[in-house]
Amino acid sequence: MSEPTRNDWPLYEVFIRPKAGLDHKHCGSLHAPDAALALQLAREVYTRRQEGCSVWVVPSSQITASDPGDKDMYFDPAEDKVYRHPSFYTLPQAVDHL
Amino acid sequence: MAVASINVSAAPRVRYVLRLADTALIHAQRLSEWSGHAPVLEEDIAFSNLALDLLGQARALLTHTAALDGQGHDEDRLAFLREERDFFNLTLVEQPMRRSSAHAPGGDFADAVLRNLFVSVWFKLQWQRLRASTDSGLAAIAGKAVKEARYHQAHAAQWTVRLGDGSAESGARMRAALARAWPYTAEMFIDDEVDADAAQAGLGPRRSELRADWRAEIDAVFAEAMLEAPADTAFVSTGSRGVHSEHLGFMLAEMQHLQRSFPGGRW
Repeated sequence: MSEPTRNDWPLYEVFIRPKAGLDHKHCGSLHAPDAALALQLAREVYTRRQEGCSVWVVPSSQITASDPGDKDMYFDPAEDKVYRHPSFYTLPQAVDHL
Repeated sequence: MAVASINVSAAPRVRYVLRLADTALIHAQRLSEWSGHAPVLEEDIAFSNLALDLLGQARALLTHTAALDGQGHDEDRLAFLREERDFFNLTLVEQPMRRSSAHAPGGDFADAVLRNLFVSVWFKLQWQRLRASTDSGLAAIAGKAVKEARYHQAHAAQWTVRLGDGSAESGARMRAALARAWPYTAEMFIDDEVDADAAQAGLGPRRSELRADWRAEIDAVFAEAMLEAPADTAFVSTGSRGVHSEHLGFMLAEMQHLQRSFPGGRW
């Protein structure tokens, strides 16, 4: 049996939280042999310039994504339904800065 | 043409800081040789990050040494204008660790990982104790550096386990690297008059104080990595006293060439 090579390393998606209170944001992906090392490599690659205070890594294979081919079916029907935005209410002065 | 070399005070308190500074500087220089050559891009960046942390520590320590020395030198003069015999780093950190080194047979990525494990644990134990140094400048440097050393240890331990307990090939390379590096670890725990003075003045720990903790941390990593520490031998390297292996001279020639040829050059 052949030894594992770089090609066998699974892909991980990297999410960084820029600072406490904000959400983790997707910022890229990398290959790593396992989750612990993925986390370490993500720290090296994506937080060198103080980008964050927390890192998540998620196996890319665990993400279920919408099909780009279904884009029009999925998203276009919302196009002409502006009434779904709460933009037609006149707010009282008191909550103007909501 | 050539610039005159400088000497630094041999006072124990100056020497104590300089030994740390030189170990950080030379270790940084060796680690930086991996920039552009590590097995994967992410590790390439990681090794550059590690080297930059250590270079930062070396700069702070050299600046502090220059202040203690009181002859008006600075970090650059200390790094670039001393002769080989006036460097006091551990012999371990000057050993080549890339196969393609121009001047020596060298090692491979396993040597880099293992050396970084040994040195980072040693530095971490030093920094933890140096935070309580009577020298407030040194204590401040230690407070910042201890975080970096903790990460360096975590990084090195991850790879030591993966290579040691990885494939047949990686395990064999790790054991070969261990056989190369182990004899040089004895020097990390040998006391001399510099340590005696430092302990008495409350400047910092004697090296021998670090041995038990260091060994316990290394053994814990080895247990997971399926590695076994070789038996200790009588060999003790002497870099800390300025007597180096054949490798440091070549490295300094490369490191110091520009400052020696273009004194005071900045870019």
